[in-house]
Amino acid sequence: MMHSPVATRRTVTGIPTGRLAVWWVLASEVFIFGGLIMCFLLYKFNDAPGFEDASMTNTPAGAFNTFVLLTSSLTIVLAHAAAEKGELKKCFNFIWCTIFGGLVFAVVKLYEYTSKIFPEWYHTPATHEPITILSNVFWSFYFTATGLHALHVLGGMVIMAMISQDVLKGRNLQRVELIGLYWHFVDIVWIFLFPILYIANF
Amino acid sequence: MSDAAHAHPNYIKIWVILLILLTVSIIGPMMEIPWLTVATAFGIAVVKTLMVAANFMHLKFEKQIIWFLLTTAFVFLGVFFFGVASDIAKVDGADVDGIIQWQDCIANQSCTIEQRVK
Repeated sequence: MMHSPVATRRTVTGIPTGRLAVWWVLASEVFIFGGLIMCFLLYKFNDAPGFEDASMTNTPAGAFNTFVLLTSSLTIVLAHAAAEKGELKKCFNFIWCTIFGGLVFAVVKLYEYTSKIFPEWYHTPATHEPITILSNVFWSFYFTATGLHALHVLGGMVIMAMISQDVLKGRNLQRVELIGLYWHFVDIVWIFLFPILYIANF
Repeated sequence: MSDAAHAHPNYIKIWVILLILLTVSIIGPMMEIPWLTVATAFGIAVVKTLMVAANFMHLKFEKQIIWFLLTTAFVFLGVFFFGVASDIAKVDGADVDGIIQWQDCIANQSCTIEQRVK
């Protein structure tokens, strides 16, 4: 006789175990990104050299990416709502809208990275020296925080693509909510990275 | 799926408000007034976060244990912040010269035994 793993059914807290597990993941992520942001702010408020370079980040690109992530947060929550109503095709479409949002975000991020690391690709002669993660403390934070965030975006896109296949078959629909929670968290991280890296040039 | 039945928030309305807040957070810092930059850039980031968490992540319908979980995470983040703050803000006591000498002797392999065990 086959048994499902206990962990998928246990609801000691009154919360489905999968959802509780995702919240635990997010709580641990608070330390990863929170720690980075805290250190960034501490260095900034102590006038560490190099932080004036915040004026060199591409604010329109950052703002556009904020718009993209906020919109993708909307589409994934609409996918969750559709899954609850059993509208599988609609749910599938909304998930792929979200993946497309992640793709647009990644492409813009790639443009930003290359315009910093290889400025000669976009302007001849180059408007500034090549900027890398080793240029100074600000750029070290910039590439570490946004790079780690971009990896989370890519990871989320892969997981969503896998979940979308299950959705079409009507299986494991609770996972739409779980990946949604993760995706909203990724959105929230960007909501904080955007002002500290792109618009707080004081 | 959420186990507790609840009415869904109006997601489109929340999204529109988030975009309006995003616009304000971009325009505010253009005035180049430091307090206005902090209020619009960081204050609005907090408001946007609460809106996404409450409505999109359904935190306002979530059980108390999730709130405890998140509060604990942020409390420890605060402990981390204040624990590290003094190290970054106050560097007078750091033996910077000694560290540089140590790095030099490691680089040219001339460290004395005292330097090696220091």
